[in-house]
Parts: sequence; C-alpha cells; structure tokens
Amino acid sequence: MVVEAGPAGSREPPPVLRVRELTKQFPGVRALDGVDFDLRPGEVHAILGENGAGKSTLMNIVYGLLRPDAGALELWGRPYAPASPRDAAVAGVGMVHQHFMLIPALTVAENVALGAEPRRGLSLDVGTVHERLRALSAAYGMEVPPQARVADLSVGMRQRVEILKALYRDARLLVLDEPTALLTPQETLELFGAIRAYTARGLSVIFVSHKLDEVCAISNRVTVLRHGRRVATHDTRDATPRELAREMVGRDVMTGLDRPPRTPGPPLLTAVNLTAPGLGPLSFDVRAGEILGIAGVEGNGQETLVTALAGLAPARGALLLDGARLDRLNARRRIEAGLAVVPSDRHEDGLVLPMTVAENLALRRFHGPPYTRRGLLDLRYWYERAGRIVQAYDVRPPRPRAPVATLSGGNQQKVVLAREIDAGPTVLIASQPTRGLDVGATEFVHRQLLRLRAEGRGVLLLSLDLDEILALADRIAVLYRGRFMATVPREAADRERLGLLMAGTEP
Amino acid sequence: MILDLLVNPQLWASTVVLAIPIAFAAIGGVFSERAGVVNIALEGKMAIGAFTAVAISALTGNVWLGLLSALAAAALTAAALAWATVYLRADHIICGLAINILAVGITGFLFNTIYGPLGTPTSTPPVPTWTLPGLSTIPFIGEVLGNHQALVYLFFAILVAANWVMFRTPLGLRWRAVGEYPRAADAAGVPVLRVKFWAVVAAGAVAGLGGADLSVGILNSFSPDMVAGRGFIALAAVIFGGWRPWGAFWASVLFGFTTALSFQLQGVSRVSKDLLLILPYAATVLVLAGVVGRTTPPASDGLPYDPER
Amino acid sequence: MTSDRLWPLIATGLAIVIGGVLVAGFGHDPVAAYGSLLAGAFGGGYAVATTLARALPLMLAGLAVALSFQSGLFNIGASGQFWLGAIAAAWVGFRLEAPVWLHLPAALAAGAVAGAAWAAIVPGLAKAYRGANEVITTLMMTYAAVYFGHYLIEGGPMQAPGFVPQSPEIASSATLPTLVPGSQLSWGLVLAPIAAVAVWFLLQRTALGFALRVTGLNPRAARYAGINPAWAVLTALALSGAIAGVAGAVQVLGVDHRLYDSFGTEAGFTGIVVALLARNNPFGVLPAAVLFGALASGGNTMQLSAGVPFHLVDVIQGLIIFFIAAEGLLRYVRPARPALLRTPT
Repeated sequence: MVVEAGPAGSREPPPVLRVRELTKQFPGVRALDGVDFDLRPGEVHAILGENGAGKSTLMNIVYGLLRPDAGALELWGRPYAPASPRDAAVAGVGMVHQHFMLIPALTVAENVALGAEPRRGLSLDVGTVHERLRALSAAYGMEVPPQARVADLSVGMRQRVEILKALYRDARLLVLDEPTALLTPQETLELFGAIRAYTARGLSVIFVSHKLDEVCAISNRVTVLRHGRRVATHDTRDATPRELAREMVGRDVMTGLDRPPRTPGPPLLTAVNLTAPGLGPLSFDVRAGEILGIAGVEGNGQETLVTALAGLAPARGALLLDGARLDRLNARRRIEAGLAVVPSDRHEDGLVLPMTVAENLALRRFHGPPYTRRGLLDLRYWYERAGRIVQAYDVRPPRPRAPVATLSGGNQQKVVLAREIDAGPTVLIASQPTRGLDVGATEFVHRQLLRLRAEGRGVLLLSLDLDEILALADRIAVLYRGRFMATVPREAADRERLGLLMAGTEP
Repeated sequence: MILDLLVNPQLWASTVVLAIPIAFAAIGGVFSERAGVVNIALEGKMAIGAFTAVAISALTGNVWLGLLSALAAAALTAAALAWATVYLRADHIICGLAINILAVGITGFLFNTIYGPLGTPTSTPPVPTWTLPGLSTIPFIGEVLGNHQALVYLFFAILVAANWVMFRTPLGLRWRAVGEYPRAADAAGVPVLRVKFWAVVAAGAVAGLGGADLSVGILNSFSPDMVAGRGFIALAAVIFGGWRPWGAFWASVLFGFTTALSFQLQGVSRVSKDLLLILPYAATVLVLAGVVGRTTPPASDGLPYDPER
Repeated sequence: MTSDRLWPLIATGLAIVIGGVLVAGFGHDPVAAYGSLLAGAFGGGYAVATTLARALPLMLAGLAVALSFQSGLFNIGASGQFWLGAIAAAWVGFRLEAPVWLHLPAALAAGAVAGAAWAAIVPGLAKAYRGANEVITTLMMTYAAVYFGHYLIEGGPMQAPGFVPQSPEIASSATLPTLVPGSQLSWGLVLAPIAAVAVWFLLQRTALGFALRVTGLNPRAARYAGINPAWAVLTALALSGAIAGVAGAVQVLGVDHRLYDSFGTEAGFTGIVVALLARNNPFGVLPAAVLFGALASGGNTMQLSAGVPFHLVDVIQGLIIFFIAAEGLLRYVRPARPALLRTPT
C-alpha cells in the first residue's frame, strides 16, 4: 500500500482514525458505498451531508453500534473493529449522540460515572466523581451542577453532560452527531469553545452536521457525503458555503416524471397563524392542482405540523378546508371533511401491521358508510373494495386477506397511499412518503402525487429529500425551527439557496 | 376509645409483626422493579419461601438452615421468572401470574404429599425471639420494637443494606440505570441483561424471607393459602412507597397498621374492619392516578430490552 | 406459523407431562392419577355436568379477559368485577320481587352494570385521563371488592338476620334453574356460547369492536384513524367488566343462591389463564374453560381416589401459562409494543 504524501512532501503525523472503503448495505439501500475518510490529530473534521447521506451509519460503525459489510478501520495505526460501544470507549472513542444517552432520573454525577464508577471500599466514590467533573468543567469551560438531576437540565446542559461523560472516560476522539440541532445560538458558541479547548490538547473531533455555517465556523476539514458516497474532502478555509451546499445536495435531477405546467386554482387548505409547541405561527395555503413542498432538515417542526393539521396535537390558529372551518373538528371529522394524511412513520402511525390489507385500507374511514352501516361492518364491501384497490395500485401480493406485516415496505406504503387517495380527498398531506422505499416504489408514490395534482386536488408534501421536493413541488416553503424561512415558486427555486435556507442561513 | 387503642403499644407491636412479611416482599419488589422487571410474582415467591422454611427447619431441626433454604428456593423460582422476562423477553405480568399459580400448586402439592391432613410438624423449631437489651427497657418504644423474633431485626438490617446498595454503590447505580433507560446503560458499558437478571433473583430471595417470616416466624407452621394476597399487597406497597426501600417499608407499615387496627377494633367499635382494610388499596389507586401525590415508576419498568435493536 | 398455532396445545401437553413426572417422583402412579382425573371430569353425566359447572364461570370470565386483551388492556381484576356482579345480582335477587321473566334478567343486568362500573369508573378513568397502569388499579380494585363484599354481609346492609356472615337467599324468581338435577350446572350454561358469539360479533363485525382492536394492536395508528383513546379505554374496560360481572351473577344466581364469606373469586384469575390459552379467541375460550373446569372437577376425584393432591392442577395451570408466556406471548396480548411490530422494510 502506498502511503499518501502530505502537502509539499512534509511528513504528516499518522492519522488518528483511518477509514478505508467502508461499505454497509441495509435491505434495499446501500447506506455506505466505499467511503474513505481520515482524521488527523488535533483537528475538527466535519462530515457534511443531507439526511440519509450515510453520516449516521458511518459514525455508528466508528462507535461500534454497527458492523461494516466491507472495508477496514484503523485507530492510531492499529486495526480497529469495535463490536460494541464498550469496545469503542475502551479504545478512546467517545460519542455524543443526537438523542442523548442520559438517564433523566439520575444525577449528572451518576450519569457521568455510570459504567466507569470509582469505588471507595464497596461504595461509589461520589467525591472523586465530583472532583473530576469539576476539573473537567474548568478545563473545557463547561460548568455543570454535579448533583442536579438530568431531567431538570436544559438541552444545552444535557449535551455538556454527554460531552463530559466522554471526557471522563478519557476519550481522545470525540464524535459529535448533529450536536447543535437542539441548541440555542449562545449554547452553540459555548460548545464551540469547548471543542477548541479539546482540540488544543491535540485531541480530535468528528463533527457531523448538515449546517453549513457551523461547519465552516468550527471545522478544519470537511468531508461531504451524498447517497452513501464521499463526494469530496476539503480544507474548510478553501471551501465556500455555496460549493459545499452544491456538493451536499447534488445535481442529479429526477427524470421520467411528467409534471405539466398547471395554473393552480383556489386555495383548498388555508392555515392562518397556525401555532403549536415548537411550531409557527405559520400561514400558508395549498391551492387546487398544486403541490406545496415543505423542505427542511429533520426535527424542524415537520411532525408537529402534520399532527396539528390532522387534529392530533393541540394547536391554535385558523384552518380552512375548501372554505370550511377545520380547526374546530376532531381528527375523525377532519378525515370525513376530506383531509387525507400519509404519516411519515407508516409502521407506527399509518398501519396496523397484524391486520389485513383490507382492514388497513378501511382504517381511517371505517366509522361511517359505506364501510359501516348502523354500527355493523360491511365486510363484503371492505373486501370487494380491497380487491379492486390491490389491482389498481398493484399491491403485491394482491391478496386483501394478507396481513400487512407480510408485505414489503413499498407495498405497505402503497396500501397507505391507496387508502388516502382512493377516497377522493380534497387535500392530501404526505409526510416523507418515500422514506425507506426503493426506486420503483418511490416512483409510484411520485406518480400518485402528480395524479392528484392533475385532478385538481391539493397536496402538501413534506420531505427531507430536496430532490424529491424539487421534482414535485409547485411552490417550496423551507421550514426551519418551526418557521418558514421563505416560500418560493419552483421556477425561482435554486438548489443552493434552498440548501442555505434549510441550514438556517439567509442567503 | 380509638385514642385508647392508638396509645396501646400492643397495637403498634402487632403492626410491626404484620408489616414485616409484606415489607420483605416489598423490598424484593423494589429490587426487581428498579431494574425494570414488574414483579407480580412476589406472592408465589413468598409461598415458596414459607413452605421451604418450614420443611427444611422441620427436617434438619435448624431454623437457620430453614431460612437459608427458603431464601435459596425463592431465588431459584425468581431465576425462572428472570430468565423468561429478561432473556426471552416474555411478558412480565403473564410470567408473574404463571409463577404465582405454579408456586401455589407446588407448595400445596408438596404439603399434601409430605404432611397430609395433619399439617406441618408441631416440632418445627421456631425463629428465636430476641429481646434487645437497652431498647426493650425504653417505655412504649421498647414494648413496640424491643421484643420480636429475629427476622424482624434481620429485616431492618436488610432494609438499611438495601438502601445503601441501591443509592450508594456502583451496583445500585447500574441497577437503577437499567430500569430507567437500558440503552443508555448499555452504551455506558453496563451489562444490562445480567444486572436485570440478578436483580430479579435478589428480589426473589428477599421475598422468600418474607414468606419464611409468615411461616416459621409468626405461625411456626405452613398452610397452602397462608400468603393470602400479601405478595400483591407488597406490590402495592412498592408503588405507594415510590419505588424506594424506605418508602416501601412505611407503606407496608400502613398496611400492617390497618390490619392490626381492624383486629383490635373488632367488638370495640362500629367501624367495619372490612371497610378499614380497603383503605390501603384505595390509597394506592389514588397515588397511582396522581390524585394524592405522584409517584413515577422506573421509566422502562415492564418493558423488554433487546440489546440487538 | 403452524408451530405457532399449535403452541397452546404443545404447552398443555408439556405441562401435563411435567405434572406426571412430579407425581411419579413422589411415588404416585401418574397413569392412575390422570386416569382418575379423567374419570372424575368426564366419567358419566354427573361428572360432565360438574365439569361444565366449573367451566361456566371460567368461560364468562375468560371472555371478559379476552375482550380486554384484544383491546390492548390488561384487565387483571376480573375477580373484583366478578364479585361486584355477584353482589349486585344477589341484592336484586333477594331484595326485589318480580315475575321470573323480569326478575332473572334484571338480576343478570345488575351484575353486568356493577361489573362494568367497577372496571370503568376507577381503573378506566384513571387509565384514560391519568395514565394509571390498569394492571395495578384493577388488581387493587379486586381487593377492595372482596373487602367491600365482606363488609356488606358482615355487619353491612346485606347481612341476613342472624350472626352468620351471609346474605339472604335470593328469590326463586331470580334463580337460574338447574340444568342437570343434582349437579351444580344451571341453565346459565346457555349464556356462555351466546356470550362467545356476542364477543366475537362485537370484535369482528361492528365498528366499535374494530376500533377497540385497532387500539389494542396499535394505539398510535388508532389516533390517526380518528379513534379517541380515552373513549376506547373506557369502553373496553366497561365491556370487559360487564362480562365479568355477568359471570359473578351467574355464579350466585345459578349455584350459590346467596353471598357467603367464602364466595370464590378465583374464576377471575383463572379467566386470565383461559384467555391466554385461547389466544383471546372467543370461541377458543369455551374449550379452554372446559379444560380448566375438567382439571378442577377431576382434580377432586383424583385426590380422593388416587391420593394425588389436588394442587397438581395448579401446577399444570401454572406451567401452561409459563410456557405460553415464554414463547413470546406479547405478540398476542400487547402487540402494540414497537419492538414487536417492526418488520423489515
């Protein structure tokens, strides 16, 4: 093997972590495809990419939560194949998960010490934990109250605890997975201070993010991932946000979709000052024959928006469906009023997996005729209709009596979509309708959304996949921290600008 | 009249006697629920403990051997529950029910096979009664606490130790962690399944002592229905006591007190003993519904943990 | 799939074999033991009648529990609702005077209402609006029910004249007539298949039942489907409690004819076992209840003629549930748990 020569032939210190040709296949999707990556001592190396680009998969392999199908890792020059987070921690790798691995009922000190407890005799040496915590806090400028319960701490404080937990275990390589996702700007600055204090000691950080401005602010180098492949690695000071945004979102446009120009009709769904915890106030409308795309990074209020519209979460503000008040109706009346919803989590929210295809096709409409007459189910109708739908929507196997759990993901989503579309809704809310689907199923979903558009119905499409939004939407609103950064017509939308807006940056 | 009763040390001494078997089991309940395993099998483990204590004491003539065997037999029973719930991820409630029915069956079967209609031998050595020097001479307190059989004092030793282990040792920290958020504990390097398993086994051992207290401690005999729902009461005490050893103890005292009071009130007052006995159950429901105070169970109590997901 | 469906039978077989080993281990003849058990349970008309009489409360209680399981609720307190049903039926039975066609149905209905109220009001409301775990609350309510019943017949308003803690005997117009003379089997038996059909029809053929099953299988999807979760909890517990209450009423109107201190509530607990063995299928509940009824009645004969303690029956019951649970029963009782619902995409 040829060792890469450093710039100007100078001898580079050996990398802390070296990743070679890493490949990880999940059913239906190649999450990582021959990724190379290395981390130098004392650097902050950002991994930039959209949702689904493979960032989390890569980090989970580094932290021993997943095992690669092919490729190799080296840590400090030695082969490294962690079988568990324990192995990773012993090897000096610490990880701060996006979803904290803290136990809310325990104190800060208890959380930090758990699994690596100092003892005095038989008892837990709380004094030592406090002492080391104080020392670490002082060294990195991250004050935490050791005796407070984690449940009582702010999100920013909890993250400090997570970092201190890794430092307490002498982590010499720290992986931060979307560390700023839930932080206030002030907390973000404090985090950056701590990261600098850490790297100043020659220790290294992998900073996983999709926020361009933060990546530019904190990292020394940046590696861009897209669709499981490494697109590029730059010295951060040589890269512009615009260039990174383009690399992150890619240029590949979906083909084969027939989206004829269409003049939208009157508004079918109107929201005025829609407000819910962490959301809004949002005002928008979805017009007849229009697909309104909501772009945005995960966790910026998409779920709350869907549940608020569906009538499942408390919300304020006015909602009109085809001119009639919707906001005073409960979830069931909203369905009956003509609001269809494809929830993002089809297993948890969209389907009852042990039930049959026919039962799932009736799921959101069984309350009244023609499914139910005088309280009794008209099962003959259910199965006749199901028989027709499985043919029309090409659900495989085309058996109305098959439990939905036995269907593939794509066919399960066909069931959900068919249920919502076949009833002839006024407006369809589709939340990440192609998540986890293969190419064929994705195309099917896209065609159905366009068909609704052609029929003059309204579609609200929420997607984390910018390509999908760009391929389908007539107008695009960018959701960031529960608010719209901007709403732009498709014709005026430019990928880079959207990327910047999604990252919370006004171009 | 009621006041006369309340200042009668006899009432309080019998409160202690009635509370301790429940409290043993309740401590066991705290052990397993803190580790995230719902334990409605306390009832069965008490039955196993009660029978084993009498059988081995009678056989060997040594009550201490009897107690040790009770502890071991109940722990073994608990190991079956632990294996099914922790490693097979079986439903905690259903397994607990199975253990309860099984325990009633096994103890009843053995009792009838070995002893028959005559019952357990009257020659079974009892747990010795200790009179605590010093404590027993204090007026009132001495009469309430100073003169009990050894298991009562053993209980207090276990209570103090349990509290210490739970809140002051690395083991206790891991124990609480796996019941709250096993994935986080796993990520921190705690062997989650092993900790859960042994927590349930320890719970069984302590609950077994509670059963032994009923048989060789109080009555010095065994009958198949003697546990009579005390394991379920102990479960209520766990909840009422906020999943803490001392809390569970005081809740058990409340249950013991209402029972003792209902005995004392008979013939003395018009208050129905049966209505009085409802009180602790009603209180438990109210606590659970958050009407009176609020207790929070361990966050992943009753949920299976699969390290592979 | 096949071994899945056969598992209750396999579990039962295993339990019987292990019980046999236990019997043999203590010097009894397992063949003789089981032989006398079988003879006691099914040898002749009287034996069969006794078996069915034992099975009847189990059938109804099993249906009550199965309905709650199918709705995703763990009504472990069927015993308490059973008690309340018995109390209400007894009260109507001895207090009111009416012609048979009115009195008997009124007593049964009173049992249903009392059982429903006992399940829905405290555990139901506490679960629906405060999230209180129904396993514990229904269990606590069982003890409350038992003591409440004891109070009523011992110094309370339902005590018959005299000092014996028992209620007055119910009027003959409220009595369920005996089906097989000399046995404890009453005409209440006809209620069991009717109730099984009713529960099946409710769950499989009505919008209400569909809503309950959806809630039981996936509460989140139920919300998306416009089903109010609090309503579903209350309805399911009320219905389950009503059936358990009828079970208690049938017991008091058909067998005991009055409340005693020692009025048994095991039917509620055994009902859980019955429902589990039947995999919550209403029609499966009937044979499962007959199995346990046979074990109960045959167990007595076995104890008398083969000298094998009756408790062998409990051992077998316990083993059956343990095996069923250990197989991963979650899928059938609480399939809503996310871990079990996830299938590969």
